[in-house]
Amino acid sequence: MQLFPCPFCGWRDEREFLFIAEAGKERPDTTQKISDEDWARYLHSIRNDKGAVREVWMHLTCGELFILERDSVTMEVIGSIALRKDAA
Amino acid sequence: MTSHRVSGASGAPLKFTFDGKPYTGMEGDTLASALLANGVRVMGRSFKYHRPRGPWSAWVDDPNAIMTVRKGAVELPNCPATTTYLENGMNAKAVNAYPSAAFDIKGGLDLFHRWLGAGFYYKTFIWPNWHLFEPAIRKMAGLGHVTDKVLDGYSADQIHDSCEVLIIGGGPAGLAAARAAAEAGLNACLVEDHKSLGGGALLEQTIEGHAPTEWVAAHAQAITEAGGRIFTHATAYGIYDHQLVAIIENGSFGTAPRLRRMRANRIVLATGALDRPITFTNNDRPGIMSVTGACTYLAQHKVLVGRQITLVSNNSYADAAEAMLSAAGAEITRIAPTVGPIKAIGLKTPVALTQHDRTHPVDTILASGGQTPLVHLWRHAGGKLTWCDARQAFLPDSNPVNMVAVGAANGTFEMEPALEEARTVGKGDPSERAETQYHLTPLWPSPGSEGRQWIDFQHDVTLKDIELAARENYVSVEHLKRYTTLGMASDQGKTSNMAGLAAMATIQNRLIPEVGTTTFRPPFVPVPIEIYHGHHKSKHWHPVKRLALEAEHRAAGAALGEYGGWLRPAWYGTGGMAARVPDEVRMARASAGIFDASPLGKIEVMGPDAEAFVNFIYYNTITTLAPGRIRYGFMLSEGGVVYDDGVVARLGPERFLISCSSSHVDGVRTHLEAWRQDGNDPDRIFVHDTTQHWATITVTGPIARDIMAALDLQTDISKDAPPHMSFLETIWQDTPVRIARVSFSGDLSFEVSIRRSRAQDLWQALMKAGTPLGAGPLGLEAMAVMRAEKGYIMIGKDTDGETMPHDLGFTAPRDKKSTAFVGDRSLHMAVANDPDRKQLVGLSVSAGDAMLPIGAHVVVGAIRQRSLGYVTSSYVSPTLERPIALALVEKGASRMGETVNVWHLGETREAVISSPVFFDPDGKRLHA
Repeated sequence: MQLFPCPFCGWRDEREFLFIAEAGKERPDTTQKISDEDWARYLHSIRNDKGAVREVWMHLTCGELFILERDSVTMEVIGSIALRKDAA
Repeated sequence: MTSHRVSGASGAPLKFTFDGKPYTGMEGDTLASALLANGVRVMGRSFKYHRPRGPWSAWVDDPNAIMTVRKGAVELPNCPATTTYLENGMNAKAVNAYPSAAFDIKGGLDLFHRWLGAGFYYKTFIWPNWHLFEPAIRKMAGLGHVTDKVLDGYSADQIHDSCEVLIIGGGPAGLAAARAAAEAGLNACLVEDHKSLGGGALLEQTIEGHAPTEWVAAHAQAITEAGGRIFTHATAYGIYDHQLVAIIENGSFGTAPRLRRMRANRIVLATGALDRPITFTNNDRPGIMSVTGACTYLAQHKVLVGRQITLVSNNSYADAAEAMLSAAGAEITRIAPTVGPIKAIGLKTPVALTQHDRTHPVDTILASGGQTPLVHLWRHAGGKLTWCDARQAFLPDSNPVNMVAVGAANGTFEMEPALEEARTVGKGDPSERAETQYHLTPLWPSPGSEGRQWIDFQHDVTLKDIELAARENYVSVEHLKRYTTLGMASDQGKTSNMAGLAAMATIQNRLIPEVGTTTFRPPFVPVPIEIYHGHHKSKHWHPVKRLALEAEHRAAGAALGEYGGWLRPAWYGTGGMAARVPDEVRMARASAGIFDASPLGKIEVMGPDAEAFVNFIYYNTITTLAPGRIRYGFMLSEGGVVYDDGVVARLGPERFLISCSSSHVDGVRTHLEAWRQDGNDPDRIFVHDTTQHWATITVTGPIARDIMAALDLQTDISKDAPPHMSFLETIWQDTPVRIARVSFSGDLSFEVSIRRSRAQDLWQALMKAGTPLGAGPLGLEAMAVMRAEKGYIMIGKDTDGETMPHDLGFTAPRDKKSTAFVGDRSLHMAVANDPDRKQLVGLSVSAGDAMLPIGAHVVVGAIRQRSLGYVTSSYVSPTLERPIALALVEKGASRMGETVNVWHLGETREAVISSPVFFDPDGKRLHA
């Protein structure tokens, strides 16, 4: 059972968190023409890196999203960053 | 008697029985030590050959003595006799033996061992069919049996705890480490699985100049005085991510244990080491025991396991053991197992041991093939192991995060360096592993040997089985384990794994570290399943959400059921579902039904960017929705699949109310928050779930307006006001209410929401107004029938993981909406454009026919039938007085009027594809 640091609530049990997405994925502008391949890449390709990863998680109990940096092999938590511009 | 209690023992006598015979033990005994004190040696039978078995050791590593224990009304299977503390009135029975461990009628199976080698099931029972043999084999297999009685109150508490340093193991190293930690001002906890502390300390004559018991007591006192905590009769059985240690705290027999989830900043592993068995002919016989086990019985229970003992050891520990046992009165002969093969003679007890041409008369054989550090927990935590040639053992290598091993667990076998190491590590300093004086002559199984030599005592895996597995190319240790069942017994290979993998290494001419170990997984000792679920069972498993009106529903005779996590009225009154649901439908169609719709989602979205946000979230265009108006729509996943349906009301220019499915509220809220915060400016949009703040009561039916009129609202609800799909806020009895003119039944409906605390008043007012007019309460089952009559879908029931909005007939936004929305691009991928997509249709059968089964397939083809889709909802419509069904069918929209075959469990029927709207297709009643 892991502990994750919510930037607002501090360290909490992993059961309070929901994985949202890998960080850094940009939604294509769907008002423009997008090839099937580009859209499929956005929808389905997941890096699933071994080692250091950056992911967007939600702390369900406070509702805030943040970036969690962790190691997918050792389960070490490297840190968390609020998504809010002014939160820092 | 061979094994017996020596003088100097003191403790209250405890009466118990074993296999029906009465015995007397002593306070502090385990079942095994009490039986040994009474001269009993055969305590069980092996799994496959039913060979007699006695305890190999004195604690968790014993694979042999397994018992079903009953005390009073409580009976528990698979209790290890070596770890089950004796209580007065216990009745123990050997498992896998009938009528007793000493005389087992299946003992003759051993004669057939030649045909029962590894994999014999797979080779023998293949013709004509395994399933023919399976029942008989299943009946023979297994150890013990589970009673079907549920133990009242046997429910494991789960406690969350934390500490700065957790020391696992209350032997000398653990005690020294814990004392050093506590006295350094750290919040320290010590866990010991015996009832009393001391472990290996008790086998010493003196420690640091003190008698062992005094040394142990002084350390325990110092730990407690420095603020440390000590847990005894508690086993750390697993280490999970981020230093979470699962500790089972055992109580008296028959009481549920307790789980302590200990989160430790740092873990010190002081779990000690085990004696390895020596692999020789007939090494599984009762009376062949581990050296440490024999010393432990003497030190902890004052039981001497034999009188004429042969000590077979390859390592330097034997000297101390010889001194200790001979001081207690045993006659000891030392045999070096490394100079030639040995063989035990005797069936239920050894009578001799032979080596070369010499025969030594014995009554007990003590064996040690070396020390194996207990590194299970180290591996749970992800620690690596390194092979040490000098110690012939795997030792902890690089540390997992915040974990250190000390003492024998770390290969530091001698007392002084172990204590020094423990103290250094305990207070938080780094420590190097000391050189060891311990020495041994390597001794591992010799493949090709004569006779039957046991590797896994409990599961009857012999050296020949390992050789067979190697010949059949099951050479990976993980394959070897599964093919032979080596190490898969309830002891999880604590004694057998090293011998097994060493044998495989020799067979393949490889080094032991090249062969490697199997994976160590929790739990370290068997724990009851209760420990995992704790109180999260039956109604506490997933607690239901309760309606504000539950008391009113109960008073009205509601049959309550769980729907989407809520406890809701399924129907009202007596007579059962089959009678009541049609009656309620007819009532609601004729006059009106009053329906508790409170679980319906009520998520408010507000702020300057709310309009653009809701427009982006919804498939449908929301920008054109005027304040006070309501629109039905879909939320899609980015894959274009319908995720939720419901209505959205616009309360004002910057305020929306999203009414998602009752069972979907948490998911929709998360969906909204994710898009709000990841892709938008969260300071310009606010999402607020008010579902549980409001109670919602729906009045639906031709006379709904008359009932509403009785509320005397401060607003016009006369004909056409408010119109269908409109929303208004008004006041009822000084309380704000919200009225939505939406309908899930197909009839004129008012959804009235009021704050939860006033729900009862509103319900009573509506019932008082409606009852004289023939209206009454309407349950969820009747509502489900009414919505199906209208062809209204339920997400997840009438849609599946592929359904897109155009499959349901909602094509306009896909073709025309110009702004971006979730899932938009997916609606134009090849799969979305596939002309063979499944589409929502109705299925009709004749009035007198039975309804179509849900899940039945619509099929084509005579010989090789192919499924075109399946029935999603099916009811007998009380309104139309005939069965109706909804289905998802390939090209369904273009098949109107087509007669199709519907297949279910071998039966094929005919049905006609129709519009999904069976009732009031023009919607006249909605606007009534």
